[in-house]
Amino acid sequence: MAAQAESGGATTDTYKEARTWLLMPAWLVLLVLSLAPVSMILIYSFLTKEFRGGVIWEFSLASYDQFFFDRGLFGDEAPQIEWTYITIFWRSIWQAGAATILSLIIGFPTAYFIATRSEKVRPIWVFLVTIPYWVNLLIRTVSMKFLLRDQGPLNDFLLSIGLIDSPIHIVNTNFAVQLGLFYSYLPFMVLPIYASVERYNFALSEAAADLYATKWVTLRRILLPAVKPGVIAGCILVFVPSLGSFLAPDLLGGAKNFMIGSLIEEQFKGNAGNWPFGAAASMILLTMVLIILIVFARRQAKAEKREG
Amino acid sequence: MAQRKYDIKSYRGFGAMTILCLVVLYAPLVVVTIYSFNASNSITVWEGLSLRWYVDVFSGPESAKFKLAAWNSFVIAIIASTIATAIATLAATAIVRGGKFRLRTASIGLISLPLMVPEIVTAVATLIFFNYIGFDRGLLTIVLAHIAFCIPFAYLPIAARMQGIEDSYEQAAMDLYATKRQVFTRILLPLMAPGIISGYLLSFIVSLDDFIITNFVKGAGIETLPTAIFGAVKQGIKPNIMAISTMLLAVSIIMVTISYIVSKSDNTK
Repeated sequence: MAAQAESGGATTDTYKEARTWLLMPAWLVLLVLSLAPVSMILIYSFLTKEFRGGVIWEFSLASYDQFFFDRGLFGDEAPQIEWTYITIFWRSIWQAGAATILSLIIGFPTAYFIATRSEKVRPIWVFLVTIPYWVNLLIRTVSMKFLLRDQGPLNDFLLSIGLIDSPIHIVNTNFAVQLGLFYSYLPFMVLPIYASVERYNFALSEAAADLYATKWVTLRRILLPAVKPGVIAGCILVFVPSLGSFLAPDLLGGAKNFMIGSLIEEQFKGNAGNWPFGAAASMILLTMVLIILIVFARRQAKAEKREG
Repeated sequence: MAQRKYDIKSYRGFGAMTILCLVVLYAPLVVVTIYSFNASNSITVWEGLSLRWYVDVFSGPESAKFKLAAWNSFVIAIIASTIATAIATLAATAIVRGGKFRLRTASIGLISLPLMVPEIVTAVATLIFFNYIGFDRGLLTIVLAHIAFCIPFAYLPIAARMQGIEDSYEQAAMDLYATKRQVFTRILLPLMAPGIISGYLLSFIVSLDDFIITNFVKGAGIETLPTAIFGAVKQGIKPNIMAISTMLLAVSIIMVTISYIVSKSDNTK
């Protein structure tokens, strides 16, 4: 997102002398309240747990050990791979992936459609797609649950038009979580794709058509490669927040569809939690996210270099 | 060249997908809004239009709890977004009008940090941090946490706006012997007003909406609207929750619309 503010326009050095002072408040606040806390997770993940929540300041690998290995009830058996948490992470990746694909299937045509409208009405379409994003995520998720319930309006509607005979059970399934995630982050898919398609030179499509390419071949071979950066950006912007989301799995998924967010949250609630373990799980999540973002940033940088 | 029989740009079905997309986006919100006006005690049966659940929110048995939560939410949002917007305006001036310097990229990275770190991780991090420095959890911890994650949301529209302003106005003022301070307050700030207002409103909404981070750093017994709603919803969706949700939804939509209109207005011409 910072890259958007970088490109084009007037960047001058009028306030060159004052820049240190101008930046000071931002640096101070973000170093103390953002960078330092995130770094402290790393430290806490290597501490010993206190039984009533909190930590004892003693170095320990117990959290990571608990995450990856099962040493039996009394901790004296030969270590085996502990699947519980790996399964939760794997499920989160799977769910976030499914939500991303769902968003792409609906988001790509939407973005394309909007980008090919007349210049005057485009901002209005974009605005329509972004409004729901600014509505409280909790309220959106609750609304989704209300709509999808067994006795909810969706089932009522489908029953009344005779499409189904008995209510379809959606809440507390994997699919409900995917729908919730899709609903939470769909605008993030539409906006970057829209931006790429808007910059796309349609003369290329014309040329392809002149050479007897069908529309779908043109879409696949000419348009898609050209707007790929936007598609990848959209996928990342949906996948990354989905991975660590808490509300959609918690409200729409029920106990069987536990994801990383809930696992972490549980470690910090009340006295039963395990802070160092929660910190370790956060660290693993953060590492995954940062790897995705770094790989993406490098690819983007390379692509920009190629273009000139 | 002969006119092609079909429009090269349009694909069949894409328009329908767009409509589907909008239906999916709006259906849940519309349904909850409609049901918030339901006269029935049950959330399933429709018994006609009524404002009883809105009356219930303001004077019912739970009204004191929700009023306090709403008060907390708005106070936190006002303080956090005001401070975040001020910080973001100064930072944007340094980054967009401060020339090239070594820490520029690092500064942009630091400002975007709250956007890149998953919310749940930020929540854990902030909790751990306050715990470590021995800061009692309460309203102040919520405000501090909100300031941090509001900064990027305030920064983006402000910086984008400043990029769009030609520096000829500032040059002209300086040619006429205005000091840099005068140029900033009399030329740059007024020109940036749409960006600043839109940054302020966006960070206000983001603060008002936050659940996860607030839930981690709030002290026992302190509730904001989202945490109060979450607590209530855990026992099942009740009609009064739908009334509160509809009001909050209206606040968000009104503020985003204002932000949109303001950012579209161009006062440089």
